[in-house]
Amino acid sequence: MSLDTFRLTAEDAIGLVERGEASAAELHGAYLEAIGERDDELHAYLRTVDEADGTSIPIAFKDLISTRGVETTAGSKILAGYVPIYDATVATRCREAGLTLLGKTNMDEFAMGSSTENSAYGPTRNPWDPDRVPGGSSGGSAAAVAGGLAPWALGSDTGGSVKQPASLCGIVGLRPTYGTVSRYGIVAFASSLDQIGPMTKTVRDCALLYRIVAGRDRCDTTTVELPQPVEIPEREDLKGVRVGVPAELNEVEGIAPGVKAQVDRAIELCRELGAEVGETSLPRSVDYGLACYYLIAPSEASSNLARYDGVRYGLRVTGDDGVRAMYDRTRDAGFGDEPKRRIMLGTYALSSGYYEAYYGQAQRVRTLIAQEHAAAFEDFDVLVSPTSPTVAFELGEKTANPLAMYLSDVLTIPSNMAGLPGLSIPCGLSDGLPVGFQLIGPQFSENLLFHVGHALERAIGFDLVPGRLA
Amino acid sequence: MLHVAKLARLELTDEEVERFTEQLSAILEAVAKVSELDLAAVEPTAHPLDLVNVWAPDEPRPSLPVDDALANAPEREAGFFKVPPA
Repeated sequence: MSLDTFRLTAEDAIGLVERGEASAAELHGAYLEAIGERDDELHAYLRTVDEADGTSIPIAFKDLISTRGVETTAGSKILAGYVPIYDATVATRCREAGLTLLGKTNMDEFAMGSSTENSAYGPTRNPWDPDRVPGGSSGGSAAAVAGGLAPWALGSDTGGSVKQPASLCGIVGLRPTYGTVSRYGIVAFASSLDQIGPMTKTVRDCALLYRIVAGRDRCDTTTVELPQPVEIPEREDLKGVRVGVPAELNEVEGIAPGVKAQVDRAIELCRELGAEVGETSLPRSVDYGLACYYLIAPSEASSNLARYDGVRYGLRVTGDDGVRAMYDRTRDAGFGDEPKRRIMLGTYALSSGYYEAYYGQAQRVRTLIAQEHAAAFEDFDVLVSPTSPTVAFELGEKTANPLAMYLSDVLTIPSNMAGLPGLSIPCGLSDGLPVGFQLIGPQFSENLLFHVGHALERAIGFDLVPGRLA
Repeated sequence: MLHVAKLARLELTDEEVERFTEQLSAILEAVAKVSELDLAAVEPTAHPLDLVNVWAPDEPRPSLPVDDALANAPEREAGFFKVPPA
């Protein structure tokens, strides 16, 4: 069947199925057709699933979500050929909602990166400009939604891996409150930070998908019951909402003027929609957030990635000199540069004699960041800033300099360290490329973020279809 | 560098050692910024939520069948993962 997969929202697609105007199989087929037409260029998918296995609309999963019987590699060679024997809880919940798995999307290896160039299977390209990156690490999911290759998708966010690619591809992305979405069956990177999040065309779609995946799971003891049910947003005004503009998040060195201009316009719109807007401050969260993150996340990663040793699954490289050499060789051959760098950094930060100065100190900075955000939320309901300091950058621009790549997440990291939810919505274009607007709320404030995001989305009227593909 | 690689069980090539030494020095210098703050009086945060002792009833459930557990094994023998001798 012929469908405009660029413009069809998940909500509208569900409507087509419910009214009997399209079947699950027809929708699945329409997206597979679009993938066939455009994914040779974009490379959003690592693999697709031929048959619709549900009764509702399709969905794409980042390739670190375990799917029973469907290869799951986390973008790494060390997991090439790994076929999970069980479903992640988010996959189970999507299946119970009738969603059909369309395919597994490309990502930076083990979710370590901000451009999807760290995938062992080649980069994904930005639907708005194929010479540019889609962001990362959930770049495949973002490009799939922006390129009309999936009605919606799931990504994962540790330091900004849902919010930043959503921003660079002009779509909506939610990093939920830590603990609201199960991590059972997710390939682990940094367990105190990893969260699965929806990547969608609209804020209403985002709320719909969050409602499907969120809630306590007995298989993940870090999950909690949502304090309130998820509300699908309808209100289009912001009367009574107090919007805080943290100076540091909006003035840090490196924010491109074109990004700042669009974000300032969105802040002005908040005011026009009835919000009270005021300036606030997170004095040390932005200054020290990146350093804090790049100690804690690699430390946790060095522990989580110890399991890839060639014994139970994945790659094995042997010589003729025993099991220890097998471990070392398997890991050298299987991991790409970025996981190696982070394993080394984390191992060092946790090693005897350095633990307190690095990891211990970073944990204290983490407390400070949480306290600063809590203080800002005494006066404001949401905090706003650009999601990414720049629009999508060119492929290859930052690959030789890991530290420059890390700076892509300078604005998403601070709230992540505090376990806070963050929503990125497109707020305009700069040089023909999408700019993302980040909304941060207190823990469990997703309903408020959806309300504010939806009202702004309606007022902004961003055209989701990349100009060159329209 | 080689000591950390040994702890991390990574057999790095000479070229990797050279490249990573330079990159990791720059990264370490950047992250050492956390030491500028005097935080002796601040409690460390290991986890963003205040969760303690999540209890569950101790109910026996069927465990994973051996064949499933071994489904992705690079090598197996008689219901075990097989590895080269130490």
